[in-house]
Amino acid sequence: METSLSWIKAYVPDFQVTAQEYTDAMTLSGTKVEGYQRLDEDLDKIVIGQILKIERHPDADKLVVCQVDIGEDAPIQIVTGAPNVEEGQKVPVVLDGGRVAGGHDGKMTPGGIPIKTGKLRGVESHGMMCSIEELGQTRELFPEAPENGIYIFPEDVTVGESAIHALGLDDVIFEYEITSNRVDCYSVIGIAREAAATFGKKFVPPVVKVQGSGGDVNDYIQVDVKDVDLCPRYCARVVKNIKLAPSPKWMQRRLAVNGIRPINNIVDITNYVMEEYGQPMHAYDLDTIGGKQILVRRAEKDEKFVTLDGQERTMDDSVLMICDGEKAIGVAGIMGGENSMITDSVKTMLFEAACFDGTNIRLSAKKIGLRTDASGKFEKGLDPNNAMEAINRACQLVEELGAGEVVDGVVDVYPGVRKPVQVPFEPEKINGLLGTRLSQEEMLSYFETLELSYDKKSNQVLVPTFRQDITCTADLAEEVARFYGYDNIPVTLPRGEATTGKLPFKLRVEAVARDIAEFCGFSQGMCYSFESPRVFDKLRLDQEDPLRRAVVISNPLGEDFSIMCTTSLNGMLTSLSTNYNRRNKNVRLYELGNIYLPGELPLTQLPEERMQFTLGMYGEGDFFTMKGVVEEFFDKLGMKKRRGYDPNSGKNYLHPGRQANIVYEKTVIGYLGEIHPAVADAYDIGERVYVAVLDMPSLLPFATFDRKYEGIARYPAVNRDISMVVPRNILAGQIEDMIAQRGGKYLESYVLFDIYEGSQIKEGYKSLAYSIVFRAKDRTLEETDVSAAMKKILHGLESLGIELRQ
Amino acid sequence: MKEKLQKIREEAMAQIRAAGDLSKLNEVRVSVLGKKGELTSVLKSMKDVAAEERPKVGQMVNDVRSEIENMLEEAKNAMEAALREAKLKAEVLDVTLPAKKNNVGHRHPNTIALEEVERIFIGMGYEVVEGPEVEYQDYNFTKLNIPEGHPARDEQDTFFINSQICLRSQTSPVQARTMEKGKLPIRMIAPGRVFRSDEVDATHSPSFHQIEGLVIDKNITFADLKGTLEEFARELFGENTRTKFRPHHFPFTEPSAEVDVSCFKCGGKGCRFCKGSGWIEILGCGMVHPHVLEMCGIDPKEYTGFAFGVGLERIALLKYEIDDMRLLYENDTRFLKQF
Repeated sequence: METSLSWIKAYVPDFQVTAQEYTDAMTLSGTKVEGYQRLDEDLDKIVIGQILKIERHPDADKLVVCQVDIGEDAPIQIVTGAPNVEEGQKVPVVLDGGRVAGGHDGKMTPGGIPIKTGKLRGVESHGMMCSIEELGQTRELFPEAPENGIYIFPEDVTVGESAIHALGLDDVIFEYEITSNRVDCYSVIGIAREAAATFGKKFVPPVVKVQGSGGDVNDYIQVDVKDVDLCPRYCARVVKNIKLAPSPKWMQRRLAVNGIRPINNIVDITNYVMEEYGQPMHAYDLDTIGGKQILVRRAEKDEKFVTLDGQERTMDDSVLMICDGEKAIGVAGIMGGENSMITDSVKTMLFEAACFDGTNIRLSAKKIGLRTDASGKFEKGLDPNNAMEAINRACQLVEELGAGEVVDGVVDVYPGVRKPVQVPFEPEKINGLLGTRLSQEEMLSYFETLELSYDKKSNQVLVPTFRQDITCTADLAEEVARFYGYDNIPVTLPRGEATTGKLPFKLRVEAVARDIAEFCGFSQGMCYSFESPRVFDKLRLDQEDPLRRAVVISNPLGEDFSIMCTTSLNGMLTSLSTNYNRRNKNVRLYELGNIYLPGELPLTQLPEERMQFTLGMYGEGDFFTMKGVVEEFFDKLGMKKRRGYDPNSGKNYLHPGRQANIVYEKTVIGYLGEIHPAVADAYDIGERVYVAVLDMPSLLPFATFDRKYEGIARYPAVNRDISMVVPRNILAGQIEDMIAQRGGKYLESYVLFDIYEGSQIKEGYKSLAYSIVFRAKDRTLEETDVSAAMKKILHGLESLGIELRQ
Repeated sequence: MKEKLQKIREEAMAQIRAAGDLSKLNEVRVSVLGKKGELTSVLKSMKDVAAEERPKVGQMVNDVRSEIENMLEEAKNAMEAALREAKLKAEVLDVTLPAKKNNVGHRHPNTIALEEVERIFIGMGYEVVEGPEVEYQDYNFTKLNIPEGHPARDEQDTFFINSQICLRSQTSPVQARTMEKGKLPIRMIAPGRVFRSDEVDATHSPSFHQIEGLVIDKNITFADLKGTLEEFARELFGENTRTKFRPHHFPFTEPSAEVDVSCFKCGGKGCRFCKGSGWIEILGCGMVHPHVLEMCGIDPKEYTGFAFGVGLERIALLKYEIDDMRLLYENDTRFLKQF
């Protein structure tokens, strides 16, 4: 929304304010000014001059020498090359030391172009006569300006006065951000009302009065609204004996300054009223309307219609149409039809000011792919009570401009009249909500300027229908707060019952994950939650893999963002790939993010969101580096039980011989491994990539922050080293399981200290050596305490086909 | 005998003085004091000394012995000190050589900002809670006073799954979920991922993070909201930060406000960073709308509350002067290492 300051001032008399003051105050009272532009920002010392005499330049064919009266004692001499100057003309003249906004070609120069007295081919020139482009404007907005040459004023302007003022350029355009609840502020009047209230001025809206020229509108037109739900009000008036002409300068200027191109009096009036009242209007050529009848109905399915931009459009049965006795003549609230538009030969015209259902207009505009200024207003949900005022205002302007004769009477189809809402006035509640101590009188004074009237008897505040946003005490509190000033509301802290600030257990575990990952050299990445369904092939997932069952977004940004991820791997590999391709070395990343696993598909319930702690790396380090990080994490979470690593994890995206499910208390809590080279290739990573993915919900039940001091061993340990020759297919984990199971109550720890495979060991075997430690808490162990346990361990190992080396 | 001892003593002293290193010194010790040493042989010959002389001679032998021992000890200490000195001299390091770092990883700027926000609010007694990212439209809209057909359901450019479910476009549904649990009073913040249908560019991302705040109790006022957020802004952006509350509109709060903080770059004078205004918009807030309280089973006659929502990326971008939002999701380690 944009308005000019001058148009606001038209309804707020005696309003003196700078652009910055206006911006600040309006923003603080809730009408946010996003910015402003002073039209004369780059214009300086430009007056109206009259050309007294034109002589040829002695040394240049294309230049002339003018004597220009600028209202001073003596005329000044100006040399110009403009082709359209004639003696007697009144023109804008920039004087020595002044500035213009741009060049003759329409190119703007920020800060303006300074103009100084100088010589043109040897003849002195004391300024410059200006084209509309040099004044920073366009012929679009000033259609009377000549295509190529100096702007010529009408006769009635006064020589010596400011040309900037005469052109209406001593004005400021404000751009507002209007919130969706303030439909009334999408109009000059609405903003003027706010401005008056903000600055404590009187608000004087136009006094609307139509003379009429006799006749009866009902003899010209019948209106029948079939779908009242979509069209709560339809007002129509008729204007006859139309005289199309340019609208007057003041109207052209107001429209131009608001960025609307003046066309002719009728079109300009509809645009003017739309800006002024926020009520879109439409004008039909009455002679094109069949059967003297307007019918408002829903379109047929696939009904075709040519809008006035010449495009054929296809409707569906939810789109509301304006029809005559025979055919459709407009898409309600969006655009009129080519078949009923006003042409130069129009004699009689039908003005329409209606109110349509905002949601329907919004959806219809979307469906037919046509969003117009009118639909943009309607979709906000207009006040039906505004329509009558607006159509009468338009007819009043028709009369004032002499654009035609207004037939008496208004057709008004308005079955469900909207009445003002009443809200009880509860000052103590308002103070309670705001934390203020304002008097009733003070509150009521704010309401008064906003046209919220108070009925003392019933203690109700009557809310005019244009304020659809006010329905309860909280809304009234906001009005009080806005005009008392948010700034003036005191500053306190909540009192009452104390609460404990805390981080839930899940988030504490995630914090540990971050700490451990970072200690181990991994930096935190963040990935999108959505991805392409193509990632499943990239990750070599089986066609039947349950991970292919994903939540699908119905309106994605594109296929690449169309499903919610079911694995965190694609995000990690994509990030690693980005780094690899940017030649970053030794990259280690981690991510904490959800995967989304649907239950039933199509989705009837929310998918399960499972937090994944994902680690990925390439460069220095290997499988066991990654395993180390995982174990550090478990240590920090107090997960002291034996962790299993099951190589039969069956993940196609991992190296078949370098992958494992991580098992804790018989629960798979994640996996780790080297990325399959084919997958690494698919992600363009030319190094070995290791990943670990921990499923946080599986792991949380085992995590704890409880710790107990177990004492420091006071009695000596007994160490036993065993060295063995092991069939290659036996895993270290199996040996350790055996030691753990059979080690007895004194077993303290065991650690692999040597592993060897090679020429000294027979084919198909490897050599492993473990150091086993036994210890009792309360005494020094005897040989016999240990030997029984050792015997059991050795027996067990032998049963796995392991040979002990002496 | 006396002369003999004197001679041993002098010879020993000479040898000690001449000894160049610890092993030579040890040789001296052995040759004088050892089992086969000279002094020992003197002792052995004590039997030849007259009985009445023996104590005297014994005393003399012991005196000489302890004298030599002292000398040996002194010489040894001196030698060891000299050796240590030499060793220390030889071990001088160039302390300006590069450090051996552990290459600790780096936290994402979003997380750093989030942890700071969490710290501030936990300190004020707020609990951190979470809610689902794929959410029922009922929670994302309806219970927040955004009924079906409301333009906000479109305006926010939500990603939809089907007619019931969407990707949450704000963290505000966590408000409704928390209130519905019915445990009062409430002081919570809910950080999390939200989604909007914005194409990726320097200032937009289809996925970003918000932090929702909610306080529900008896007698909570707009003044409390102002106080809380002013405190927050000062903690986050510095002691001298000023705040400005501007009226705004959100369907689920009334009255509503947008909050600007004084530009922490220029202190409010106006600079390129704040586009000359001296202020930077950081969050939206307001008093919880009575309809929302009702829909979530809280009696608006008894309880009031306030809510606010902050864009996490916005804070991270502002605080760390990151000029392109895309950097936050590329995970380039050259970027991450700067935090």
